[in-house]
Amino acid sequence: MLTYPQLLELRITARQVALNFHTFRLARRTLCSDAGVKLPGADSDQQVAHKHGHHSNIPIHDVAIVGGGTVGMALACSLAHMPLTQQLNVAIIDSNPALLRDDCIRKEDPPDPRVSTVTPATIALFKDVGAWKYVEQHRHAYFDKMQVWDYTGFGYTRYNARDINKDILGCVVENKVLHRSLLSCLQNTASQQKIYPSRLSSMTMQSSSSSSPHGSLAKLELSDGNSLYAKLVVGADGSKSRVKELAGINSTGWKYSQNAIICTVEHMEENYCAWQRFLPNGPIALLPIGDNFSNIVWTMTPEESLSRKSMSEVDFVKEIDRALDNGYGPHPKSQLFGGRAAFSWLTGDATVSANEYFEVPPRVTKVASERMVFPLSLNHANSYALKRVALIGDAAHTVHPLAGQGVNMGFGDAFSLSKVIAEGIAVGSDIGEVSLLRRYESERRPANLTMMAILDGFQKAYSVDFGPLNVLRAAAFQGAHYISPLKRQIISYASGEQRFPLFA
Amino acid sequence: MASKHLLARLRTLTRPAFHYLNPRFLYPNPNSLHEHQTRTYSDAPQPSPAAQALATPPGSSLQSKSSLNEAELKKFAAIAETWWDAEGPFKPLHVMNPTRLAFIRSTLCRHFGKDPNCMRPFEGLKFVDVGCGGGILSEPLARMGATVTGVDAVEKNIKIARLHADLDPVTSSIDYCCTTAEKLVEEQRKFDAVFALEVIEHVADPAEFCKSLSALTNVGGATIISTINRSMRAYATAILLAEYILHWLPMGTHQWSSFLTPEELVLILDRASISVQEMAGFTYNPLTRRWYLSDDISVNFIAYGTKNSE
Repeated sequence: MLTYPQLLELRITARQVALNFHTFRLARRTLCSDAGVKLPGADSDQQVAHKHGHHSNIPIHDVAIVGGGTVGMALACSLAHMPLTQQLNVAIIDSNPALLRDDCIRKEDPPDPRVSTVTPATIALFKDVGAWKYVEQHRHAYFDKMQVWDYTGFGYTRYNARDINKDILGCVVENKVLHRSLLSCLQNTASQQKIYPSRLSSMTMQSSSSSSPHGSLAKLELSDGNSLYAKLVVGADGSKSRVKELAGINSTGWKYSQNAIICTVEHMEENYCAWQRFLPNGPIALLPIGDNFSNIVWTMTPEESLSRKSMSEVDFVKEIDRALDNGYGPHPKSQLFGGRAAFSWLTGDATVSANEYFEVPPRVTKVASERMVFPLSLNHANSYALKRVALIGDAAHTVHPLAGQGVNMGFGDAFSLSKVIAEGIAVGSDIGEVSLLRRYESERRPANLTMMAILDGFQKAYSVDFGPLNVLRAAAFQGAHYISPLKRQIISYASGEQRFPLFA
Repeated sequence: MASKHLLARLRTLTRPAFHYLNPRFLYPNPNSLHEHQTRTYSDAPQPSPAAQALATPPGSSLQSKSSLNEAELKKFAAIAETWWDAEGPFKPLHVMNPTRLAFIRSTLCRHFGKDPNCMRPFEGLKFVDVGCGGGILSEPLARMGATVTGVDAVEKNIKIARLHADLDPVTSSIDYCCTTAEKLVEEQRKFDAVFALEVIEHVADPAEFCKSLSALTNVGGATIISTINRSMRAYATAILLAEYILHWLPMGTHQWSSFLTPEELVLILDRASISVQEMAGFTYNPLTRRWYLSDDISVNFIAYGTKNSE
């Protein structure tokens, strides 16, 4: 069965096929006349270009952002915001109809299970480009406390924003709110973007010796038959990036034999703390999302995920309760190694949270959305930049959703790339020049790799249930809880204020 | 960025330093005048491996103009394609380019009262890039909005520059011309800003060359020159290190004795009615592999001067 938009697309495609056929004939003629080997720049070239006027009908953009998701939109916003880049002619290629619709998000609806935990660093970037005020008009939940513990009952760590003299540790926002806010922000700028509601089907880089009038630009062909030229093509099209594929960029990665269930849950009281408990088969996180709602991200084996997705709501709530409260093992009583005393020689000034005791998360009463299941994988592009091509967000790296860092890494990429583009424009560079784009790569790749290694390390450390390792983990929790300098380092790294842990 | 303070120091240095100056720049020997005139020295191209390999030893013979041009053409035909190869023989120039453009942007935005935070601050200004080579400087200047004329004595360079500029609609408006600064002067061309970057160390008579640059500059306009200092450090880094050890540049690219010190440059520009307003040095950071502007003018430096009267 075809839906109406699909039918529409089909009709458009049919028209484009006819058009393309015509263009193809013209193109063949161009090829033939080029085959006569004329010196580039000779008069005959101008005649060729003139004769086949279709060349000039193809729009030329400075930047073509493939993928108008949150990361792609963040790049567009950032470019539209900076004085040096706001005159750039930007194209956004995405078939998502939300980009063209002006629909608003109703506050009465229960929260969408797809949420992001944005760090203070990301919030600062959003404030810079003027997008955060739109987020604040919608549902969002700041949290200032975080509790991490594991099922063995050996240890726990509590983090408090006041440990680093901040008001918040982060904010949980629905992805649709982030997206809508960036779109509103973009619509309220004077700069010009063109949205192509289509998909990328091919990308060609003409060689610099080509005699075509737009010789070295990238030519993009879309599934609806439109084409455009761009000086820089940005792949913001997610983990299955078409840009990455067409540019021939390989990536390194592996699948974890784990799935994540995400859903929205409701409880009696409001929640201001982010909770994360490591269970034998993966961590479960309970993140506040505003009102009496929270978001669950629960990692488990694929078999478990299938049964938990299909079980009744009552049973699922019971499972969550077990996972967050006293299932799998006892509550941590701390003091395993004499607690603070054991670390007294290196604790420094005690952090606020070092005196906080273990708490039990609020009890979940209801599941407020469908349960969605995602397989987990880790993937990292071997290169972020080629001539005229740059990858940002999930197209460059996909991570374990642990600690909600994936989207922050993506926003970090978007803002870094826009900054590098501005630097290039300031000195009159061609913005697709690889030497310029490498600067973006060298800024983001090491930072992203570090974060990925840490997340992967966590995943590995917790996928083994082995006595001595459990004790080590418990010691790590105790250390993180009581050693103040270490704790401050962990918080500022996780907040995105520091690019590398322990090297402030 | 070099301060006025540094410049004031330089000025005071130049006065008592007359007798240190290489008389070649100041009192050209009337006997060697013929040699100077017959060489197309002013718009010498960026050196290259082939160029140096085939170059005639300095002062070996009185080359006729046409034969030299022919030789240059042959030299550059071999490496012309590499002008835009960011990893090729001109790599150091590509790496340094953004840094010298940052200097140009900030000084000229101030000079012409333009907003440095806009994409094309030089809109409406006429610039000439003397010794443009493959157009490594001309293209960014055009992207910053300037109406650019690029001249080079080597025809092959101009061909390469033209071909490359045509690849981008924004740079295709650059007017490339195979000519010399002297000929532009004869044609009475005038520009708002005149550039000669990494050129003056390759010309036979820098003082005459500066006079030509000055003649091309409008009153109230600006001149920008960059070159290498004739210092021991420059010998160690720009010649020994860059040419013989790191092989960044082809061996024999530079003749240490033809380098100018900042004092000399300020003086000969002053005699050509261009008063140097600001100077900055370039320092290389091997860790970031980038060049930075600094007050250290002991090796590579760039000067911005204004022409206040004819």
